[in-house]
Amino acid sequence: MTDQSHTRFSVALNVNGVKRKTEVRSADILLDVLRNNFGLTGAKPGCLNGDCGSCTVLVNGWPIKSCMMLAVAASNTNIVTVEGLKGSATQRAFIEKNAFQCGYCTPGFIMNIEGLSAIHPDADDSIIEEWLQSNICRCTSYEEIKAAVYKVLGKKPEAGR
Amino acid sequence: MIGFDFEYYRPATSNEAVKLYESLQAQGKRPVYYAGGTEIVTFARLNQIETGAVIDINSIRECRVYQFNTSELVIGATVTLTHLAETSAFPLLSVTGGRVADHTARNQITIGGNICGEINYKEALLPFLLAESNVIIAGNNGYQDKPIMEAFNKRLQLEPGECLVQILTDRKYLNLPYFSVKKRKIDVIDYPLLTLTALKIDNTIRVAFSGLCGYPFRSREIETILNNHELSREERIEQTVLHLPAPVLDDWIGSAEYRLFVLKNTLEDMYLALEGESL
Ligand SMILES: Cc1cc2nc3c(=O)[nH]c(=O)nc-3n(C[C@H](O)[C@H](O)[C@H](O)COP(=O)(O)OP(=O)(O)OC[C@H]3O[C@@H](n4cnc5c(N)ncnc54)[C@H](O)[C@@H]3O)c2cc1C
Ligand code: FES
Ligand code: FES
Repeated sequence: MTDQSHTRFSVALNVNGVKRKTEVRSADILLDVLRNNFGLTGAKPGCLNGDCGSCTVLVNGWPIKSCMMLAVAASNTNIVTVEGLKGSATQRAFIEKNAFQCGYCTPGFIMNIEGLSAIHPDADDSIIEEWLQSNICRCTSYEEIKAAVYKVLGKKPEAGR
Repeated sequence: MIGFDFEYYRPATSNEAVKLYESLQAQGKRPVYYAGGTEIVTFARLNQIETGAVIDINSIRECRVYQFNTSELVIGATVTLTHLAETSAFPLLSVTGGRVADHTARNQITIGGNICGEINYKEALLPFLLAESNVIIAGNNGYQDKPIMEAFNKRLQLEPGECLVQILTDRKYLNLPYFSVKKRKIDVIDYPLLTLTALKIDNTIRVAFSGLCGYPFRSREIETILNNHELSREERIEQTVLHLPAPVLDDWIGSAEYRLFVLKNTLEDMYLALEGESL
């Protein structure tokens, strides 16, 4: 991270395994830098207020709402966006289970589920529910999304759910 | 997009952070410490804060610890609520902190941010009030170690430039019987209509609240009432309502009347959980 005036920085962000250099304002949120500076438009602006989850990316393996993080604060971390998950089990499960309609929320859900499957590969229904409550789908594809999560985790639905 | 510029600094020690704050303040930049950043970024976007500089405290080693010393659990101010929820050393804290916001937000929200932020629910503070933890605060004269019951009065009483570094909790409080309930308006994710936490120590119950009045609190006067076994449970609950330290919130989450109704029911649930059926 090179400091020029403390309000603008030349940063090298590690995104999807590639170090990418760019210039940012200290006040730039990570979401805008991913989209505008790198053309990675998978992470979507929704509420921009931490409520909807459509901007979720992985930072050091954890789902983070990129609308609530400064891009400068993300230097020296590993960032993964939905573009980095091409051909992944999560992407395939979403296609197989038709887990989207308009698709706007889909990258956020996929990133969250990717984080979940890495951190809690044996997640039970209560953990799945707790994690997925962070994302909202206006098209209400929740049942299909749940089926995709089960597919990724290799689980059968628990009785009574 | 945040519509104004500010400077960004990432000091490696709390001493450096405090010195930076002092010099930026002297330059009229109204600096703020940046932990999880969720509140700062959200408020900055809405122009609800104005700052010329943020001081990111995430590289300060002592702010990142989560460990035991001989007699205490030491939690650094930048430990996230998810980390606290996923570790079971202090179950009351894991459960109570684990209901703030939503899971992804908790991956970012820090314990220090929850306690020091402007949003006045501060639910993760309640277990520390009950356990009478101590806070380590960095300031111009080095570190101060203060009982949280003295340091927290409506908000954490920090002088300009002081930074919360750690919270220390005596091991003897970590695994006591507890009760922790968050009531929301309707949804599973929301600010609290009422959060009530309680810890049972020997035969005495300590209780702390969030969402009830304009700030989170623990009141010794209320605890004396709640532990007065010369009164029936109903009488104790009625007396509690009369001794709240501030007006009950009356807002879009719930009317004051409804909050009191929920409070009474939740106190009954607390007694049931910690003392069993009434004799
Ligand atoms: C979507 C969302 C939902 C929420 N829901 C809840 C909820 O249900 N219950 C609840 O209790 N709260 C809730 N909150 C409030 C949240 O806990 C606070 O906003 C908290 O401040 C965020 O922590 P942070 O680490 O991101 O803080 P930051 O944004 O980094 O900082 C917030 C403030 O605290 C100060 N600060 C941070 N750390 C320190 C420190 N170590 N020393 C001194 N000052 C410090 C900063 O200078 C700043 O003024 C919610 C917030 C969001 C964004
Ligand atoms: S756009 Fe980030 S949570 Fe909605
Ligand atoms: S598929 Fe349209 S918002 Fe979820």
